[in-house]
Formats: sequence, C-alpha cells, structure tokens
Amino acid sequence: MKAIKFAAAAVMSFAAVSAQAGTLDDVKARGELNCVVSTGLVGFAAPDADGKWAGFDVDFCRAVAAAVLGDADKVKFVPSTGKTRFTLLNSGEGDILFRNTTETMSRDADLKLSFLPVNYYDGQGFMVPKALGVASAKDLDGASICIQTGTTTELNLADFFRINNISYEPVPIETNEEAKTNYLAERCDVYTTDASGLAATRAAFEAPDDHVLLPEIISKEPLGGAVRHGDDQWADIGKWVVNALISAEEAGITMDNVAELGKAAGDNPTVNRMLGTEGDFGSMIGLDAQWAMRAIMAVGNYGEIFDRHIGPDTAIALQRGLNAQWKDGGILYSAPIR
Amino acid sequence: MSSQVSGHAENVVTTDRRGLLSRIWNDKETRSVIIQVLALALICAFFAYIIRNAVVNLEAIGKGFSFDFLWQPASYDINQHLIEYTSRSSHFRAMIVGLINTVLVAIAGIVLATVLGFALGVLRLSKNWLTNKLAHVYIEYMRNVPILLHILLVHGIIVHTLPRPKSAMNFGDTVFLSNRGLVSPTPHPEPLFWIVAAMFVAGVIFAILFRRWARRVQDQTGKIYPVFWISLLAVIVVPVALYFLLGSPIQWEVPALKGFNFKGGWNIRPEFIALWLALSLYTAAFIGEIVRAGITAVNYGQTEASAALGLSRGRTLNLVVIPQALRVIVPPLSSQYLNITKNSSLAIAIGYMDVTATIGGISLNQTGREMECMMIVMLIYLILSLLISTFMNWYNNRIKLVER
Repeated sequence: MKAIKFAAAAVMSFAAVSAQAGTLDDVKARGELNCVVSTGLVGFAAPDADGKWAGFDVDFCRAVAAAVLGDADKVKFVPSTGKTRFTLLNSGEGDILFRNTTETMSRDADLKLSFLPVNYYDGQGFMVPKALGVASAKDLDGASICIQTGTTTELNLADFFRINNISYEPVPIETNEEAKTNYLAERCDVYTTDASGLAATRAAFEAPDDHVLLPEIISKEPLGGAVRHGDDQWADIGKWVVNALISAEEAGITMDNVAELGKAAGDNPTVNRMLGTEGDFGSMIGLDAQWAMRAIMAVGNYGEIFDRHIGPDTAIALQRGLNAQWKDGGILYSAPIR
Repeated sequence: MSSQVSGHAENVVTTDRRGLLSRIWNDKETRSVIIQVLALALICAFFAYIIRNAVVNLEAIGKGFSFDFLWQPASYDINQHLIEYTSRSSHFRAMIVGLINTVLVAIAGIVLATVLGFALGVLRLSKNWLTNKLAHVYIEYMRNVPILLHILLVHGIIVHTLPRPKSAMNFGDTVFLSNRGLVSPTPHPEPLFWIVAAMFVAGVIFAILFRRWARRVQDQTGKIYPVFWISLLAVIVVPVALYFLLGSPIQWEVPALKGFNFKGGWNIRPEFIALWLALSLYTAAFIGEIVRAGITAVNYGQTEASAALGLSRGRTLNLVVIPQALRVIVPPLSSQYLNITKNSSLAIAIGYMDVTATIGGISLNQTGREMECMMIVMLIYLILSLLISTFMNWYNNRIKLVER
C-alpha cells in the first residue's frame, strides 16, 4: 500500500512538471512569481546587506510581479549560473528570466526561449590590472583570461583571438564571484565579460582604480529577459511590462507622479492608455487596467531603475550611452502602447 | 471411521475449491516469483513513464532528440588538450579532449593514491608512537572532510600562495613553478634516441624472461639469483648509460617567460595539480586504512613461523604477508579506484576541463542538448568504471586463494 502511494505521488509530481501552458494562471494560483536571476552580480542582481535581492534585473522581476500579482514583493528569486539558467526556465523552476542574458538566434529558436525586449544594450569588454600597462585587447597575446563558462562571451572570445591570430589561455570559471577571486589572485591576467558586468565587478573590488577596462568592445550583447516558448500570453505580459517601463520614462511618468497621473484621464493620450484611464489594454494581456501603473509605482520608470542601481551616481557608475532614450541619442526605443 | 475419512476428503475438496489462486499464493516459491515479476513490471513501468515523460516534454517545447550537434564546431577553447584541438573542432572532439583529461587525472590519481595509501597503511602500523599518531591524524582529517573542500583548498593554496609568473620559482632555468602551473621543458627526440628506446624495450623483455628462468632454476635447484638487481640493470642502467654514450640525443625545448606567461615547454596547470593532489591525498587516507586492515588480517603467527623457518624479514613480507594481505586489500581497493574516477568529475569546481566540463558542461550549455549530453557523460563514466572493475576483478582472480 505504501509503495502504491509512493508511486502515485511520484507519478503526480511528474505530471505537475509536465504542465506547460497557462503560466499566468500558475503564477496567480501560486501567488508568487519565480524569477531566474544571477547568483550575484552587484547592481544587476545580488542580495543586499539585509538579504533582500536588489538590482537592475531584480527590479524587472518586481515590476512583472507588481503587474501580475499586485505586489512587487511576491517574487521568489531563483539564482542561476550561466549554465543552469535556461534549464531552470525550461524545466518550469522559473516563470521568467532576467539574468543579463544575451539574446541570440540559437537561444531563441533552438533553446526554445521567447526573448522580451532588450533592457540593456551591452558589449563584451576586457578588464586588466593597470600595472600591466596593456592598452589594447590586441596586446593580449599569450595572456591567461578568466571567462565564465556557458556564456556567449566564451564564444566571442574564441572568435576574437582566432580572427586576430593571437593566442591565449582560457581559464574557465562558473560564477562571477569565482572569476573575481581568480582574477585578483592573478591566476588570470584578464577578466572578460559584458562591459556592464565588468564595471559592476570592479566596483566591488577593494581598489577599483587599479584596474582598467580596455577600449575594445568585441561583440554586441543585447541583454534582455526571456520566457519559455509556447506561452504567448505570458510572453506578451513580460514584453509589455518592459515596454511600459521604457515608455514611462519617455512619457515622463515616474514613481512619484504615477498615482496622480493615473487618477483620471489627462490630456496626454499615451499616458492615459498606459495607466488604464483610456482604452482597455490590460485585458488584452489578461491583466486589469492598472497593470502598468502598479509596475511603475513599484520600481519607477526605466531611467529611475537604471539610476538607482547602475547609473553614474552609484558605485558601478555606468553611463546611459546606448541605453539612453532614442530621443536623447541612445537606441532605447519602445514599441508604442496603443 | 468411514465418516471421518469422508469428512477429511470433503475438507480437501473445499480447500481445492477455495481456488487455484490461493494455492499459488500460499506456495512459497511461486509467491516469490509473482512478487518479483510484479516488482519488475512496476520498475519497468516507472522508468518507461519517466522516459516517455521526458520525450513528450521535450517534444512539447519543440526540442527533438538528436545527436547531430556532435558534429557542429564547438566554438570554445579548451586550455589543456593532449590531442589537436581548436575552437573550430567539433563537439565530439571536445568530448574526446575532455575524456582524455578525465582519464589522465584518474590514472595519475590512482597511482599517487596507491603509493601514498600503502605508505600510510604501513606508517599506521608502525611501532613508533609519533609516526603512528601522525598517520592516524592525517587519515582522520582527510577522510572526514568532503573531497570538494579539499579540491578548493588545494587550488586556493596554489593560486594564492605561489608566485606570479614574473617571479616564478626557478629550478635551474629549465623548470618554473608559479600560480599558472609547473612549466617544464619538452623533449624532442632525435633519430639516435630510438636506439635507446629499443634498448629499453629489449631490457624489459630480457627482465621478464630472466625472471621466469630464475624461478625455474630456483624450483629445480634452490639457487636464488638477484632478480631485482639484474632487472634494474637491464631496464634502467643500460639504457641510461647508452643515452649518455650516444651524446644525449634529445633536444629540450626550454620554456621562457615571454609577455604574460611562459612560452614553450609543458605546462601542468594549477587546476590539474589541485585536482590530482586533492583526489590522491583524500583517497590515500581510505587506502591506508584498507592496507592496514589487510596487513593486520594476516595472523602474526605466520610472521613468527616464517622467521622460525629462517626467512629474512624482506622475504617474510614478500612471500608470506603481502600475498595474503592483498587478498583482503584488493576488493575494497577497486572501489577506491572507482571513487577516484567518479570524484574527478568535481573538476568543474575549479575549471579543470574534464569530460563533465566539456561535453557535460559547455557543449551542453551552448547547444541546449541537456538530455543527450547527460546521457553521453553518464555512459562514459559507466564504461570507465566497468573497465576498471573488469581489470581489478581480473587481478583479484589472479591473486586470490587458490584451493587445491
């Protein structure tokens, strides 16, 4: 009898995993959003001094939770390495992924992911100790290079050195923390990853000024969130929450004025549509009319998120650069909500 | 009387009627067969369900099951490759590179662990209090701390305490030790070297034949030849002498610091050293205990008896104690060898590119073929383990007690 009970339980647990579509219903039923983030990259996703997750990617998780569940704190963060992230998402451990992940064709089509709009335009860079006196990545012949395995950077690195016909010793490592240890112990001369990641890592060093980023950016790394293939409604929710945060900055909606602006329809139709005072855009993605308002109220618009975690006033001190609004000379350009 | 008989007969009939089923069930043997068949069916159904579930789920998200990716370019570099490998090579080749690295660290680990283990086992039996206790403390410490921590510790020590390449420890301008590894010269044999090599092979063959002949002579006449010393002469001394007579016919490519790292020569990387040392030191503690158990299993009376027969201490060990101790030592030793091989997959923690890190790690991640890659990796470890067990079983059969 016990054995039968056990078998039944085992069968049921497998059946539960095999449920595919209806992520929105699953999340609502659970009352919690499982969001796949990194194991710890200061500024993007890392537990703060109180053990609470904080960062640029984390805020996108919270925005989705606010839009879907009405509470930005109802997020369970699922830390993942570069290697485990897609498996966690595809096996159903996570509902959505925000883990400085580069959108590529093979990941989209072959790994069966649906990418959300790009939330950070990045490129792969190199960090070296200032004392080495290296001025360009092309001077790195024979260097030992720390690289996170399971990333696009690993492939770009192999290509870059092969094309330029210079040699290097790859030192593969699992997490950003390990990379930092190995780099500071000078097991490797160079650490390479996305330029934003390098800036974030360097900010956590004891002496950040002893290290420089080389001028070369050797790849395009459009970083964005992702969900599983095959649940279009859920993909739409992720997509439009990100778009809403970007559009909010463009339309001048901030964390502080969103409540005021959302009270009644004003004279800006863009704002009205986004905040649910005009039209019925929320129900198109299976949510209520205040979905975007809650997201913005919880984390602010794109610019506010950027400035709070990785902007010029933070330790990471990244400039907006490519990630400025298209009106301000960047390439951040959200599809309109209409 | 007659009624009693009839009553009894009736009883038998009713038992019969109670059914074939109950009779089968009450029979001990058939019942056990039924239970086993049912259990087997349940197990099969369980696995069939899991496999079907996996296949259906993979299909549901549109990922088929295929090994075609093995022939695509791997596109990543591997720092330690004993065969030709570039980022343009296929995933299959990356797998082979990883497999070779796994086998390399497993064999090196088995050799070192065995040597250290036997030494520890003997030290542990030493009558010297200090030696004995030191061996005891070492064994207890190693056995009771997880192997992963040992690996990380040794790697940490190497990377953090050894000097940088620019101030590497220099051994006669030929061998250099730094936190990037141990760099030593690479030999490039000249044609004359092959004569030395041929001499060595001839020496080995001679030693084997001589040993057989000496044994036969000893069996017939009791005369004992110094087999060990004559073999040593043939296998080592003669070829080495010949090597120098021919004017050292090997060109050494000596490493030199150039730019960031040493160029030329062989580099044994810190990741390999850390994994190798940690695996060996850890497993040696277990082997030490196995050896101790094996030796204590041989009754001390036997040592005394052979002493009484006038055998020297060395002969007592070689002819009486060790052959009997080996019978106790070899079976558990086999499982320690399997442990080394399997534990080598912890390489991933420090970035040693073994088979788990290549096909089961980077290839898996870059292609997204979790199912296929994991199956390959499991199959590889299974085959390696079965090979080791087969060899050890063969050896065990050779040394086990022959009953006449």
